[in-house]
Amino acid sequence: MNRILAFFKKPFVRNYANYLIVGVFTAVFGLLSATGLLKMGTQFLLEQISIAVLLAISLCMVVGFLGELSLGHAGFMCVGAFLGGKLAQALTASMGVAGSNLVVFVFSLLVGGLVAAAFGFMIGLPALRLRGDYLAIVTLAFGEIVRSVVMNLPATLFGGTLGLETPRFSRKYLFIFGFLMVLACLAVTQNLMRSKHGRAIISIKDNEIAARATGIDITKYKLFVFTISSFFAGVAGVLYSYSQSRVQSATFDYNYSIEILVMVVLGGMGSINGSMLAAALITFINVKLQTVLTGNLSVLQNVIYSLILILIVIYRNAPGLKGFREKYNMRTISEKIFKKKQTVAENADTGEEEANND
Amino acid sequence: MDFLTAILNGLSSGGTYAIIAIGYTMVYGIAKMLNFAHGDIIMVGGYAMFTTLLLVNQPIPALAVAIVFCVILGICVERFAYRPLRGSSPLAVLITAIGVSSLLQSLAQIVFGAAPKMPTRLQISGAWTFGELRIAYSTVVTLAVTVVVMSALTVFVKYTKPGRAMVAVSEDRGAAQLMGVNTNAIIAITFAIGSALAAVAAYLMLMKAPSLSNTLGAMPGIKAFTAAVIGGIGSIPGAMLGGILLGVIESVALSIPVLAPFTEAIEFAVLIVILLVKPAGLLGKTRREKV
Repeated sequence: MNRILAFFKKPFVRNYANYLIVGVFTAVFGLLSATGLLKMGTQFLLEQISIAVLLAISLCMVVGFLGELSLGHAGFMCVGAFLGGKLAQALTASMGVAGSNLVVFVFSLLVGGLVAAAFGFMIGLPALRLRGDYLAIVTLAFGEIVRSVVMNLPATLFGGTLGLETPRFSRKYLFIFGFLMVLACLAVTQNLMRSKHGRAIISIKDNEIAARATGIDITKYKLFVFTISSFFAGVAGVLYSYSQSRVQSATFDYNYSIEILVMVVLGGMGSINGSMLAAALITFINVKLQTVLTGNLSVLQNVIYSLILILIVIYRNAPGLKGFREKYNMRTISEKIFKKKQTVAENADTGEEEANND
Repeated sequence: MDFLTAILNGLSSGGTYAIIAIGYTMVYGIAKMLNFAHGDIIMVGGYAMFTTLLLVNQPIPALAVAIVFCVILGICVERFAYRPLRGSSPLAVLITAIGVSSLLQSLAQIVFGAAPKMPTRLQISGAWTFGELRIAYSTVVTLAVTVVVMSALTVFVKYTKPGRAMVAVSEDRGAAQLMGVNTNAIIAITFAIGSALAAVAAYLMLMKAPSLSNTLGAMPGIKAFTAAVIGGIGSIPGAMLGGILLGVIESVALSIPVLAPFTEAIEFAVLIVILLVKPAGLLGKTRREKV
């Protein structure tokens, strides 16, 4: 057990284990899907998980590393979903190819992401002046603006309230591309955060004034983080549009942004792996519960999520719980358990040695 | 004449926004937190009125019950969700507030269902007509309530002991505490006042359009916060000004057919522009950040 733990504590393994896990996961399920062993439901679940993980990692950059609250993440996704979806629709129609055409798919992924990134840049500009609550409200306002504009534009453009009909990618393979995007996002985020620039971003979270005093260009880094984060949100949006036959702007409301936020908070703010796990878990539960909880009970999961959100934030942040936190967190508990075993094992070793000496 | 009617409608909805915005601005000024759940306390107030109306079919007792219920709820939320986090990062408090908001909304949907309720007993219809101009009774009531509330609060803050303690806490919490102000009690009082105003706002909203669902307070709450920010957060006259301004912008935009579908976008765009030009809002004071 200790050896396994020590293995995971090696820097190389610690840094690349998540790529490996996601990669193996994708390869295994990809093979299963290609050979036709996966059910439609599982493929759909995997698609949704890849989209959620992408969203969670990208929001984690803003909330967890930069320390600013964005409540408009669904808005960036909405931009990607509608622009990427529209482009894909137009291209497949004009070129006369099927929805699973790889060139069109990759092209719309890129364009959707880039347009969302441009929007992120635009929102980043006021973000330079605002902070905390004000920024949160501006991003929320942005999400609402995007949603209502898309809904109210002429129906020929984005389908109005009915939604935009988008081409569908073959369900068999879509999730593989989703997870490939997750890997890309992981690579960008992790390498960025481990670089000089990432350290600068974290220092902005810890103390903006001190960061500025040490010569860090806060403006540049905030814009940078917002742009990258919204790029991946846009990519997730395009993936979403490919996974649905119809995209409706009502989906990307404020509650959707909150759900992504819950994933990031549940994963432990500032932990990419935590966000990924939480996103996968929440999506899994959501998809499974969709058929069980119907009608007014369907909001039961929201009750649970909001309770989790409140309790976790209070537990992790309340000044009054500091002593409690230090006494009973995962690390100290696990250390205690392993230490006990270790001492028992050591005693046993010395006992044997003594016996041998005799 | 249409334009004048639009302005009057705007004053009416602006008055409601102003009342909600005062709740936001007071809590923000004193507890330094954005109480995201404020809008949902309006919704709870609406349901409290609806339930009371089933027992006693009179609007005034319903309003009284709603006020009491909202005050208790507001104090409980502050005590159990926000107070433990006092002194920790603003992000943590904000996320908790979002959690409370979503919790209240989903609980209301489980208890009362998603279908909107129609407490028509609260509705005040009818209007005075002057030629082509039509002034609804509800507009007059809203404006009267707004003016009364704002003057009462101004007097309260300026001339009473708890009111002055509020000003002290909002200026410098540590210094106020050293001067013997019970800051926890003052913050609780602020939440109580804000929640009572939320109940009043629920009445004003249902008086105009008696349709009650679990998202009753969500959008108006966000808009009223926008109004509070436009007016300068922490300032009561600012909240009033911002609320009225937002209401008028909304109703004028609604009256122009081309702009009507984009009303919400316009309102939020106004917020973004004002924040860019004057980050502290119209009547807000800019504070230099000290190290």
